[in-house]
Amino acid sequence: MADLRPENPYVEERKADPSRKVVFPPDAQKRFDELLPRYPTKEAVLLPALHLAQEVWGWISPEVMVYVAKLLDLAPATVFGVVSFYNMYNQKPVGKYHVQVCTNLSCMLANAYDIHDHLCEKLGIDPGQTTPDGRFTVVEVECLGSCGTAPVVQINNDYHEQMSVQKMDQLLPRLK
Amino acid sequence: MEPIKVLTANMDKPNSMSIDSYLESGGYEALKASLKMKPEEVVEVVKSSDMRGRGGAGFPTGMKWSFVPKNATKPIYLLCNADESEPGTFKDRLIMEKDPHLLIEGMVISGYAIKSSPMSYIYIRGEFFYAATVLEKALQEARDKGFLGKNILGSGFDFDITVHRGAGAYICGEETGLIESLEGHRGQPRVKPPFPAVVGVFGGPTVVNNVETLACVPLIISKGADWFKSLGIPKNTGPKLYCVSGQVKKPGVYEFPMGVNLKELIYQHCGGMLDGRKLKAVIPGGASAPMLLPDEIDIPLTFDALMKAGSMLGSAGIIVIDDSACIVDSVWRLAKFFAHESCGQCTPCREGTNWMESLLDRMERGGGRQEDADLLLDMADNIGGKSLCALGDAAIGPVISSVKKFRDEYVYHVTHKSCLPGTRRYRRLDAPVGAH
Repeated sequence: MADLRPENPYVEERKADPSRKVVFPPDAQKRFDELLPRYPTKEAVLLPALHLAQEVWGWISPEVMVYVAKLLDLAPATVFGVVSFYNMYNQKPVGKYHVQVCTNLSCMLANAYDIHDHLCEKLGIDPGQTTPDGRFTVVEVECLGSCGTAPVVQINNDYHEQMSVQKMDQLLPRLK
Repeated sequence: MEPIKVLTANMDKPNSMSIDSYLESGGYEALKASLKMKPEEVVEVVKSSDMRGRGGAGFPTGMKWSFVPKNATKPIYLLCNADESEPGTFKDRLIMEKDPHLLIEGMVISGYAIKSSPMSYIYIRGEFFYAATVLEKALQEARDKGFLGKNILGSGFDFDITVHRGAGAYICGEETGLIESLEGHRGQPRVKPPFPAVVGVFGGPTVVNNVETLACVPLIISKGADWFKSLGIPKNTGPKLYCVSGQVKKPGVYEFPMGVNLKELIYQHCGGMLDGRKLKAVIPGGASAPMLLPDEIDIPLTFDALMKAGSMLGSAGIIVIDDSACIVDSVWRLAKFFAHESCGQCTPCREGTNWMESLLDRMERGGGRQEDADLLLDMADNIGGKSLCALGDAAIGPVISSVKKFRDEYVYHVTHKSCLPGTRRYRRLDAPVGAH
């Protein structure tokens, strides 16, 4: 069946490539081992393990899904089901700075769309895309729980509150 | 009514998140007192405080605890719902970032009361990375001082807490969705019954409480149920954090005894509307709550009063909309949210939320038809009450209330193919369609 979703990252790379080996580096492996005794089942470690994998590789590639599935005795399909359900797992590589602009109601009423559109225009990318130099990915996200200091822009793990187009322009050159 | 500082009492201190600061202001005394009581007695105290859950449904906390079977054969679990993702709500984040030990103490006491297994979890939304870091640090401080871990303060009670980060899904704030997610699955809500108090996470009886609810527990123990009831009005008791956002001069989190007047909150405490603007609508309880008109806001913010007014207190996320905003545009944004966050399990919600979004978008783009307002109501009728969890019901709240209260504006949109004069759309229709 033809895949109708142009943005589906698995159109070209649907299957994991066994020749690409992924293994946790020792420090990540140590953190993974510490997760296991905190849960009564292995499967419950899936979300934290995926967070860890994303910290290591920046995104969850099909090979990572197979690797994590093996670590937790799960089917790769189960892991794919979880990865694709949750917003925060990147199913394709993202830029060094993952710029997430909240546009939900409170932020929208504080002109969040202006910030979002300005970023896309200035960086010359469509929403969801990454700049050719791999520095920025701009996405629109749902409520980040910072409505009192709207509009909020999350860059990687950090919140930038009470933003504006001007403040964004001042911030961008500092993100090298 | 004057603002109070009860839940927020420690937050102004420079190093409020540290255990030293917390101990200085009498922290962990309530835990010591609780451990001298029987678990059943702690439940009774919380029950007699009449506290209602702060997560949105307003269910009495003590009663929820007492639903855990007395002779449970499987481990009992206590989960803290810190998935705060209701648009307009940002109170739990404040507690976790500024006073994490208040939450931790509340969890240990609650865990003791429900005879929880030593494993308990704070399910925090993945985006709250900073709050999760603060919590991890606070948990370690508490372990070092013997407030967490094995044989807490010599009582024989073992209890520890793990911070479990979600990964960006609104539905995981629904308690059975949260349970599924914690087990490592997609966060799709479960059929009830069995209710979590009987069969919850990992097959054991489970109590899921909101951050603010758990943070109230040490206060109830140390100051007494009668003190708690002296704040607020009967059946709507205790201190409450109200989150105000949108087009007011001073948005933020405000603490009052339950039942501050909404009009007073907006015009006196939040400084009123932005200059030259007038109030158009208020969403009183997060995105799911039906809108109120300016003449409906002279109302105490309690669970019961808002329900009577046809809306709900929910998570007390108050979003204020002024007369510069196009109501169709605002409702479209909320519809887009619910369409994105529907978990896809139940057909009416999965399909219906997307239809509502498309229809509102079409109206914004000038393609609306005369029958569209009624069509929206018809769609809402086919979503509400027809899915497993409350997301479908939440999604129709803003749609139904806005069609009923702003029908003229909808009609204007359809007839003139533009927003009502003097109102604006906050997004550009020519912007590239998001891949998100």
